[in-house]
Amino acid sequence: MERECFFQSLLELADDHLILGHRLSEWCGHAPLLEEDLAMPNLALDLIGISRELYQRACELDDQDRSEDDLAFLRGEREFRNCLLAERPNGDFACTMLRQLYFAVFMEKYWAAAAISNDQGVRGIALKAINAMKYHVRHSAEWVIRLGDGTSESATRMAAAVDELHIFTAELFLSSEAASRCEEAGLLPGRAALRPAWELVIGQIFEQATLSIPGDSLALSGGREGRHDECLGFLLAEMQFLQRSEPGVQW
Amino acid sequence: MVTDAGTIQYGRKQGRAWSIAATVPDPELPFISIGELGILRDVEVDGNLAVAKIAPTYFGCPALVAIELAVAEALERSGFRVRIERVIEPPWTTDWISDSGRSKLLAHGIAPPAGSDAPLCGLFEAFLPECPNCGNGDTQRISEFGATPCKALYRCRACAEPFEYFKKL
Repeated sequence: MERECFFQSLLELADDHLILGHRLSEWCGHAPLLEEDLAMPNLALDLIGISRELYQRACELDDQDRSEDDLAFLRGEREFRNCLLAERPNGDFACTMLRQLYFAVFMEKYWAAAAISNDQGVRGIALKAINAMKYHVRHSAEWVIRLGDGTSESATRMAAAVDELHIFTAELFLSSEAASRCEEAGLLPGRAALRPAWELVIGQIFEQATLSIPGDSLALSGGREGRHDECLGFLLAEMQFLQRSEPGVQW
Repeated sequence: MVTDAGTIQYGRKQGRAWSIAATVPDPELPFISIGELGILRDVEVDGNLAVAKIAPTYFGCPALVAIELAVAEALERSGFRVRIERVIEPPWTTDWISDSGRSKLLAHGIAPPAGSDAPLCGLFEAFLPECPNCGNGDTQRISEFGATPCKALYRCRACAEPFEYFKKL
C-alpha cells in the first residue's frame, strides 16, 4: 500500500513539473525579448528534467511496469495529477512570470524539506532541484517586481494576473490521501507546513512590486483527483500527439 | 596496499580504465574533460567489466546522454565491457570542477563558477564574475540564461567584451 501511495505521490510531483515545463516551452520563439526567449526554454528544461527523474523513480514502483514515456505520453487528462496552477494557460507575460513565481517559491521550500527524505531517489533529486528553483525564483521575482512597480500598463496587468492566479495557490498546500501517507512515512515533506514560509517570501516580493495579496478568496483545487480545466486537454493533445499517432516511436 | 600480483593487475587495470574514461571530453566544452568537470565519480573494474559511475549535472542537460555514450565507446575501444551507472547522491555541483578545469574555462574565455562560499543567487543580490578577458570586476549581467543550461551571459564594462559565465550550481 505504501508503495502504491509513493508511486501516486511521485506522479503528482512529476506531473506538476512536466505540465508547467510544457507550458513554458510554448513561449519558445514568442518571448517579448531575446533574453526571455533563452530564459523560458531554460526554465522549461529544468522542470522537464526534474519531471523525468521523478517519473523514472516512479517507474521503479509501478506495478503496471510502465516506462517514463508511457506515463508522460499515454495517460489521459483525468489520469494526470498535476495541480491546477501548473496547467493554467500562459496568458500574457505577467501571468506567466507570476505563475512561475508562485510555483518556484513553493518548490524551493518543498525540495529543501525533501532533502532529508527517507528515500535516496527523492533526496538526490531534491538536493539539486533546490538550486534550480533558486534561479527560477530570482528570475520570476525580478520580473514581478519590475512589472508590478513599472508603468501603469504593466502594473495593471500584473495586478490582473494576481486576481486570476491567486485562487490556484491554495492547492499547493493540500496533500492528497496518498501524499499524506508518504509524509507520515518520512518519504515526502508535508505541504501544509510550508505555507507560512511561502507567504512570507511572496509578501516581501509583493511589497516591492507594490502588489497586494488578495484576502481570503475562493480556492480552487481538484487536480490531484484528476479534475482539470478544459485547457489541460488541449495541452496534452499537442504534447502527446506524436506518441499517440506513432505509438512507440523513438528518437 | 599492493600485496600480490593479482592486486597489482587489478589496480593497474582500474587505473587504466579511469584514465580512459576521465579524459573523455565534454561535448559542449571539448577543451575540458569529464574528469576535470567532476562528472566521473568512479570506475570499478571487475575482470573485463568496467562500471563507470557518472553524476548528472544540470537537469535535462542533453549532454549527459552524449557523455555516457562517449565513455562507453572509449572503454569498449580499449577492450572493456561497459556498464554506465548514474550517481545522484551526493549530487554534482560546480564545486566538483577541479582547479585545472577552472583554469581551462578561464583560458577559453568562460568565467569559472563562484566558489562554494559565494551565495548561489540571492533574490536581490547579484554576483558579478570577473571578466575572463581583462580581469576587471566591473561587469554586468546580460542574461541569466544562455545557450546551454550551464551558462549565463555577461558583459565587461571595462573592455566592453561580452562573455559567458559558468553558472554556479
